[in-house]
Amino acid sequence: MTEPEEGRTAAGAPSPETPLFEARGIIKKFGDFAANDDVGLTIRAGEKHALLGENGAGKSTLVKMIYGVMQPTAGAFYWQGQPTVIHKPAEARALGIGMVFQHFSVFDALTVAENIALALPPQRMRDLARRITEVSEAYGLAIDPRRAVHTLSVGEKQRVEIIRCLLQDPRLLIMDEPTSVLTPQESEMLFRTLDQLAAEGCAILYISHKLEEVRALCDTATILRQAKVVAHCDPRAETALSLAEMMVGSEIGDVEKRGETTAGEVRLKVDRLDLPSASEFAVALKDISLEVRGGEILGIAGVAGEGQSELMEALIGEVAVERNDAILIDGQPAGRANPTRRRRARAAFVPEERNGHGAVGDMTLPENIILSHHSAEGLARGRWLGSWLDFAGAADWARRVREAFDVRSGTENPVATSLSGGNLQKFVVGREILREPGILIVNQPTWGVDAGAATVIRRALIDLAGRGTAVLVISQDLEEIFSICDRIAVIHHGRLSRSYPVAEMTAEKVGLLMGGAHPESTEITDVEAA
Amino acid sequence: MENFIISMIIAATPLLLAATGELVAERSGVLNLGVEGMMLVGAVVAFAAANSTGSGTLAIVAGAAAGMAMALVFGVLVLSLMANQPATGLALTIFGIGVSGLIGQAFVGVALEPLPKLAIPVLSDSTAAGRILLGHDAMVYLSLALVAAVAWFLARTRPGLALRAVGDNHDSAHALGYNVIATRYAAVMFGGACAGLGGAYLSLAYTPMWAENMTAGRGWIALALVVFATWKPGRVLAGAFLFAAVTQLQFYGQDWGLPVPSQFLAMAPYLATIIALVVISRDVNLTKANAPACIGRPFRAER
Amino acid sequence: MILLEPRPQPSRALTLLSPVIAIALTLVAGGLLMAAMGRAPGQALYVYFFQPIHEFWFWLTLPADQAAMWIYTPAEVVVKAIPLALIGAGLAVCFRANVWNIGAAGQYTLGAILGGWIALSAPEDASGLWLVPYLLGGVLAGMAWAAIPAFLKVRFNANEILVSLMLFYVSTQLLDFLVRGPFKDPAGYGFPESRDFGAGLIMPVMVEGTRLHYGVVLAVVACVALWLMMGRTLKGFEVRVIGAAPRAGAFAGFSRARTIWFVLLLSGGLAGLAGALEVSATIQQLQPTISAEYGFTAIIVAFVGRLNPVGAILGALVLGVSFIGGENAQIALKLPKAVTGIFQGMLLFFLLGCDTLIRYRVRLAWAARA
Repeated sequence: MTEPEEGRTAAGAPSPETPLFEARGIIKKFGDFAANDDVGLTIRAGEKHALLGENGAGKSTLVKMIYGVMQPTAGAFYWQGQPTVIHKPAEARALGIGMVFQHFSVFDALTVAENIALALPPQRMRDLARRITEVSEAYGLAIDPRRAVHTLSVGEKQRVEIIRCLLQDPRLLIMDEPTSVLTPQESEMLFRTLDQLAAEGCAILYISHKLEEVRALCDTATILRQAKVVAHCDPRAETALSLAEMMVGSEIGDVEKRGETTAGEVRLKVDRLDLPSASEFAVALKDISLEVRGGEILGIAGVAGEGQSELMEALIGEVAVERNDAILIDGQPAGRANPTRRRRARAAFVPEERNGHGAVGDMTLPENIILSHHSAEGLARGRWLGSWLDFAGAADWARRVREAFDVRSGTENPVATSLSGGNLQKFVVGREILREPGILIVNQPTWGVDAGAATVIRRALIDLAGRGTAVLVISQDLEEIFSICDRIAVIHHGRLSRSYPVAEMTAEKVGLLMGGAHPESTEITDVEAA
Repeated sequence: MENFIISMIIAATPLLLAATGELVAERSGVLNLGVEGMMLVGAVVAFAAANSTGSGTLAIVAGAAAGMAMALVFGVLVLSLMANQPATGLALTIFGIGVSGLIGQAFVGVALEPLPKLAIPVLSDSTAAGRILLGHDAMVYLSLALVAAVAWFLARTRPGLALRAVGDNHDSAHALGYNVIATRYAAVMFGGACAGLGGAYLSLAYTPMWAENMTAGRGWIALALVVFATWKPGRVLAGAFLFAAVTQLQFYGQDWGLPVPSQFLAMAPYLATIIALVVISRDVNLTKANAPACIGRPFRAER
Repeated sequence: MILLEPRPQPSRALTLLSPVIAIALTLVAGGLLMAAMGRAPGQALYVYFFQPIHEFWFWLTLPADQAAMWIYTPAEVVVKAIPLALIGAGLAVCFRANVWNIGAAGQYTLGAILGGWIALSAPEDASGLWLVPYLLGGVLAGMAWAAIPAFLKVRFNANEILVSLMLFYVSTQLLDFLVRGPFKDPAGYGFPESRDFGAGLIMPVMVEGTRLHYGVVLAVVACVALWLMMGRTLKGFEVRVIGAAPRAGAFAGFSRARTIWFVLLLSGGLAGLAGALEVSATIQQLQPTISAEYGFTAIIVAFVGRLNPVGAILGALVLGVSFIGGENAQIALKLPKAVTGIFQGMLLFFLLGCDTLIRYRVRLAWAARA
């Protein structure tokens, strides 16, 4: 069986000037594509070092090599001045390198203690449980070692990962986008833990594209752009804008915020929607009400897994809700209508998962046009076996979407998987926007896409609202919500708060709602008073 | 009744062996639908070995090795070449039926001394309990020990934990440094060895002879047993005895004067399998919580 | 060390080439197997694969007046290919939906049973019109048998692979009971078989001097119709989407449950039709065994045909050749029938292995780590 073996131990005592870790001339190629091109990085003990870059700049590839998950094509790592080859994660751990992954490397079916044991040398479970409790108390990361991981919240799963690293007495802790799934308050707690660790001499390599966060936490930064290092700097001496310019290059496009919008009629109304959970792994929706008027954008904020996917399924019509009048499209009840009927009523949808939900990866772009447009846009006529598909029409649609949204692809009509994340997202959003829908509902419109595509998508959503469409945006990205929405509501445990005009909202208030504080309760008034 | 229980224990043994092996493979995230084929090849190779060497032990080892060889073919296709798992499992069954038929051609109608019973004087004869519990052949006890060993391995040992981790989330296991493919190869080969043992039991002890397609769907029933057991070794034991009891109906039904044609009694195990599947599968939470999350999904490490 | 690198796009050329490579590899491995068994590999492979093809080719080159004399072997290949193509095309659609109907042999058997009941109920001098209810009965029985896994999967989430397969074993027992009981020919000297079907219930032969029957028309029509459905209609699109990405299917407004019902009833109906056809055309009575193994071989047919209903025709011909070759080899080389199964299993192995090439580029690397 495959036991992670103990790697070699760290050599020699470091002199104070020797950096803890150094990467020189790292190149990583996948086929002909270079994900890292001559990357250099120097980390000193006790340093909080930010690794900044856009999606696809090569940050994750670099840290996976440092952690031994992948091997560089060329270049070398130095640990305390000694050239070191890290063949596998067990060797990285033996050196004192710990890593908290972006998509957590936890096992849902196992307990907290079992999850942690997998990354440590074999030992008795009882001793391990005791050590877990000790460390979790020392760093304020409360967790019960016996609980099954699938019962934990996202924030708690991250704690499991962090404790797993802390138990290895790390000298270098790599954190890959750790706050993307946390509430602002949880992020604050994480920063205090990281400060404490750094004070004890542990170096932190902090990967993020959130600039304000990096400026608040880190004392050094390395910036990657298109697989290359473009700058080393002190983030505290930079502004968010100057950091962003280094990350993205010259073309920094900001989304033009509209002035006061004149909201029209209510086009989408959800009225006391209840939906029991399909299984114990899903979230039940309780008493959800909202209204979106033509010409406005309503944002729904919330951390991952609070019922966003379930709400999206109910709004698309993938699951029918019990009361037909729980969902009204332009005043017409649609709670029991299937997606096709809702689309005929000029509603349009963009789900979170672009590959496998919003699009079929193995199908071509015209076929993916048919996916959502078959009946609503007349690409299939008639019913049953007699409904012949209009491939020429679909190809024409695909061409128009590619042109309007600058979807770049190698060939004329490629399969969806061959597109980059940003281009595929522009395609699935563009496909719906080109219908000029009355209602557009988008879940995580720019999740995991590059800044250029994100700007294009956000601008298109604002323009669409400007033409009278009611737009509902569900997003975990607070910066996005604040930059494009007119009103904001927060989802927590399958309940939706009332919505607040963006001017009345602050990050703290959203954070409290995300953490479950009830709207209009004293806590919120306290924050407002403070 | 006593005879019924004894024959039930014997009928349960091949199911128990094959299902326990498949359970380990599935817990590592691999669905091998070729159990029937591996059992058949195990059965014929064990029979051939017993016939030519006269050694029961050698025959058992040969049966396990044959099952493993079949599982290796499957492993290369689905693990190294990432082939479709259900289709490859079916190919393995079709191939196994052919191979066993070819090898077995020489042995049709050949009689064989059944595996010796481990009789303990006095104790295994004097009481009903003694006759039921003692005095079986070694493979009956081997199969029971195997279930206990697998249960202990999965729940209590570090490699067992790693195997469960690989089946639950292969990407995370890989990121932590576990070798997903090697773990799955080991699990699939173990499954093949167990299926081979199950087949060997059929041709060496259950009906000591070779007949084409003699497994008669037991490999498929073993697959259903794993689902029925919700991937837990202890429940495989209970399930195997239940199915074995139903199988024995066709032999005892007539004795007991059940007014049902024998063909309908012979249908009973297959119908019972369907009913068991329905009973377990209807509870989404039960299957979802216990099924290995990565089952059937190919894995490729990027390095 | 073999490294697999994903291709940006699945290769269309290799999708079509893969079965050809797989057949070639099967021949090589088969030759090795023959050598291991002490036979001359060349002769054995000739008997198995090339003789039927050779005879077919020979027949094509003959002038029309002689062609009729030599048509028997080519016609026999087609006779085998008819049930294989019918079942294989249905399974191709089914597998495309990611629904694994493995028990087509059971649906085939039920088609034969219900058809047989109709045939035995008909008067002995019944007219050919009786074939219409006879074949429809076969279709309906196959559909009914396939409805069981469909219902249990949709309603209770029960695995269709195991349910449909268990029902195959049930169907063989049912057939066995019927031919030894209610359907048994009282004048049959106690043999477990029904009386011969009346002349009106035997599929008319298309070409004099052969067993080639009009079922070939049904098979071709069914395959082409399914091919049009899969490629050109919304229904086929629905099946493909549900199979490739069920969540995207829900997003598109397609019902997974309806698709499961559709593909199982479709493939069951075709398997039932194949069973009724086969019994009427070649066996002409009910027996305890009625070549139900077509239902399993058709799985290979579907894959060789690239899960494309028209491809299933080609797949059926390839597997038909292997059946005829197997029969020739039994006579000419005294090779057991099981060898055919080995060849078929190997073909599917090689095919599934070669299919990796569609998505991945294989690169051999002897390089040590940097």
